[in-house]
Amino acid sequence: MQNLFYRDILMKNIRNFCIIAHIDHGKSTLADRLLDFTGSVTDREKQDQLLDNMDLERERGITIKSHAIQMDYEYQGEKYVLNLIDTPGHVDFSYEVSRSIAACEGALLIVDAAQSIQAQTISNLYLALENDLEIIPILNKVDLPSANPEEVTDDIVDLLGCKPDEVIHASGKTGFGVDNILAAIIERIPAPKGNPNAPLQALIFDSVYNTFRGIETYFRVFDGEIKKGQHIKFVATKKDYYADEVGTLKLTQVAKQSVKAGDVGYLITGIKTAKEVKVGDTITDFANPTTNVVEGFEDVKPMVFAGIYPVDTEDYEELRNSMEKLQLNDASLVFQAESSAALGFGFRCGFLGMLHMEIIQERLEREFDMTVITTVPNVSYLAYTNKYPDTPITVNNPSDLPEPSTLNRVEEPYIKATIITKADFIGNVMSLCIEKRGIITNQTYLTPERVELAFEMPLAEIVFDFYDRLKTVSKGYASFDYHPIGMKTSKLVRLDILLNAQPVDALSALIHADNAQNIGRKMCEKLKELIPRQQFDIPIQAAVGAKIISRETIKALRKDVTAKCYGGDISRKRKLLEKQKKGKKRMRQVGNVEIPQQAFMAVLKLND
Amino acid sequence: MAGIYIHIPFCKQACYYCDFHFSTSLKKKDELVNALIKEIELRKNELENQTIETIYFGGGTPSLLSNNKLELIIHSVYKHYIVANKPEITLEANPDDLSKKRIIELSKTSINRLSIGIQSFFDEDLKLMNRAHSANEAKNCLKIATDYFDNISVDLIYGIPGLSNKRWVENIERVLSYKIPHISSYALTVEPKTALENFIKKGLIKNVDDHVAEEQFHILIEKLGASDFVHYELSNFGKPNYFSRNNSAYWQGKTYLGIGPSAHSFNGNQRGWNVRNNSKYIKSLEQNILPMETETLSTADKYNEYVMTGLRTIWGVSLNKIEKDFGNQYKKYLLQQSQKHINEQLLYLDNDKLLVTKKGKFLSDGIASDLFKINLS
Ligand SMILES: Nc1nc2c(ncn2[C@@H]2O[C@H](COP(=O)(O)OP(=O)(O)O)[C@@H](O)[C@H]2O)c(=O)[nH]1
Ligand code: SF4
Ligand SMILES: [Mg+2]
Repeated sequence: MQNLFYRDILMKNIRNFCIIAHIDHGKSTLADRLLDFTGSVTDREKQDQLLDNMDLERERGITIKSHAIQMDYEYQGEKYVLNLIDTPGHVDFSYEVSRSIAACEGALLIVDAAQSIQAQTISNLYLALENDLEIIPILNKVDLPSANPEEVTDDIVDLLGCKPDEVIHASGKTGFGVDNILAAIIERIPAPKGNPNAPLQALIFDSVYNTFRGIETYFRVFDGEIKKGQHIKFVATKKDYYADEVGTLKLTQVAKQSVKAGDVGYLITGIKTAKEVKVGDTITDFANPTTNVVEGFEDVKPMVFAGIYPVDTEDYEELRNSMEKLQLNDASLVFQAESSAALGFGFRCGFLGMLHMEIIQERLEREFDMTVITTVPNVSYLAYTNKYPDTPITVNNPSDLPEPSTLNRVEEPYIKATIITKADFIGNVMSLCIEKRGIITNQTYLTPERVELAFEMPLAEIVFDFYDRLKTVSKGYASFDYHPIGMKTSKLVRLDILLNAQPVDALSALIHADNAQNIGRKMCEKLKELIPRQQFDIPIQAAVGAKIISRETIKALRKDVTAKCYGGDISRKRKLLEKQKKGKKRMRQVGNVEIPQQAFMAVLKLND
Repeated sequence: MAGIYIHIPFCKQACYYCDFHFSTSLKKKDELVNALIKEIELRKNELENQTIETIYFGGGTPSLLSNNKLELIIHSVYKHYIVANKPEITLEANPDDLSKKRIIELSKTSINRLSIGIQSFFDEDLKLMNRAHSANEAKNCLKIATDYFDNISVDLIYGIPGLSNKRWVENIERVLSYKIPHISSYALTVEPKTALENFIKKGLIKNVDDHVAEEQFHILIEKLGASDFVHYELSNFGKPNYFSRNNSAYWQGKTYLGIGPSAHSFNGNQRGWNVRNNSKYIKSLEQNILPMETETLSTADKYNEYVMTGLRTIWGVSLNKIEKDFGNQYKKYLLQQSQKHINEQLLYLDNDKLLVTKKGKFLSDGIASDLFKINLS
């Protein structure tokens, strides 16, 4: 019934908005309240963090995918359609965030009344401003005893240049202020503009894999309309399809005859693999294409690479199947078969970042029951040889680095990092960033106690335990965000690890020459700790080229037996040995040395 | 064929390394004995007419009970069970309890085997471990005990921080000089939550050194081997006909009843264990309730236990038995898992028996775990 009623909603009664916030400032909770308040969910459907449907998202409390939902709301006697586009909450997915933002006219900027402005608040705000979004600042969690509404409002006013009374006080927990937010969405965010009669132009901002229906594409129509049965074309991929089904996104999908200019909807075309649907791409009519594609399309590039290998070599084909299935619903995962002398056959995988890598590893275990070994991650380098000094060779794997003697130079990706911290911790944060080869480019006092620091640093340094260290040196009072700024020449070497005098390629890492000594030593120490003693001495060596820079020895196991084994000891001991056996099953035998799964990631845990 | 183990949970003082169940408060001695007798009675049907061949008083320190009390307990076993003609009846005893008078009295009871906790003949070692007796008491009690008992076992500990190989050899030779027919010898083990662990952590006692322990283990094997002892279990050495019948039952998967707090029982399919608390034990039995939990063993559990205990003994793991009890699959699995260890000369096959080599003995837990069958889930 509702559908009929809203069928001919006018563009002036549509509002498209997203919510941007630093992690944990209450984005998902507030979204839940908006859905409650507008009656978009029945009591039966209610569930915390409603939009986060993946188990992983709920458990980790972060939004990994974009989500969209349509709410109906009556305001001052008029009926409105509000499209909320929830954005991922992690820098690994910043491109998806930018496309979601591009699909909206306005953004709710949520700031935690106790935490104030953080790095992600700012970086997302800049993205929103670049897209000319109307910003509605919201001071959230005002119910908290530790809330600091006056000061944080001042911070927001300083940041946005808005008036204090434009900041809406709210609580996602109690529902306080939600009515004011809805009023502001309608009054302050402009209705979509666009020509309903022009050729179809729609932006793809996300896609979701559905086992039964294939890929569901989420889009925002700027011009024209997208009709059921229409022959359409994706501009970037140049593929054409028939729109089998279109509709809008309530809590469940509502099929429609068409989705018109200004509105947000979903499309099903029978596409089976996520790779065919690129976030940021433009959908248009096949016969009568638009001349304006939506700007800002990029092919997402993986930032971090690592090998993924089955723990049991026999599971290689099964791993391939699992990865292919994962790729169906995660187009940003790329992989390619590779082989390692130590680990046999596996895949070199590209990820958007470290979180993405962890998520993939976890999904492989949970959804496909695949226990895998992930090797030391690295970023993507460009190497130039003396012979062809102008032809870059992409190095996504330590073994791809050309011989040092033939190497002309190497370039590595750099990022611009934004860190907001308390003034007390500036010293610590700076030392950390300098240790990580960072160069400070800016320092701004947001308030007398809070400082924004900007650094340029190698992306590789973020991969290696940066977050944890930052948390430690700032006692948790630092937030961090970054974006890539291009390649710079660097002094790179490959650190090799030898176990029992045999190089183990899966333990090699590409690192800056100045760090080689230090990391080499720590690697040897860490491996000594992680690899269980075996029946013989195991020398561990770290080497750069032919030069051994550090060594340790895992002493042979002399005694591995309990002296007493009488009545009561038997079952206790059996259980203990069974546990040991399970642990061993997760180890990989390389030569005659058994290496536990986590040793392959040792380089990431050097400071634990 | 079955055995009864009776746990006497009292000690004069706590040895630093010990993680057995005992109390140093002797107040509830009488109530506990009553409870033991009650448990013996309540469980009289469990053995289903099997003959009891061994009765074993372990602890704690069973020699803290008077001969009267011990006889009372033995009597109740006879009353409720079928007991073999000449059962092995062992009493674990500490030297400080074994005066000449006590030994003579004991020899007049039905107890026919003593297992004496000597551990070392050097006061410095005994002090370091907080044993209740002195080196002199250790020597004297053995001198006398051998006059009244033929079947005696002595416990010795090696790998004690500070115990040199020279002193270790002296300990072994002293035991041999008394013509003792059975020796149990253990590497000092740092168990979690013991005083010893704590002192080592604090640096008050040097940590045990596995390398030294291994050396002393091999010295032991060599010395006792030269004196015609059979190394029939990892920590047990006996002259022919003097193997501990009680303990062998554990390693051969035989049925035993465990009476007393913390005692374990086994009937071939199920393992049971009593509550590890004297007061709770006594209270429960006062209400005629057995304070026991049990678990039923799966086929894989039984296989694992057999492999684990078998590898420790001279009888090894019999492939025929594996095939008979667990099926051909298990036998194939075992052979396949063993191959690597056979290649590394840690295991060897002697006809139908899988055995650990000299080199493999001190590593046998790790080897056993490798041969285990588990379901990964
Ligand atoms: N006290 C209080 N807690 C809130 C409020 N909103 C969210 N939270 C809590 O803050 C945490 C992060 O919220 P969430 O919505 O997951 O944040 P997101 O990461 O921005 O999506 C959760 O533990 C919420 O329960 C609020 O208004 N008041
Ligand atoms: S006498 Fe035996 S049971 Fe008692 S504390 Fe010493 S070692 Fe443990
Ligand atoms: Mg969230």
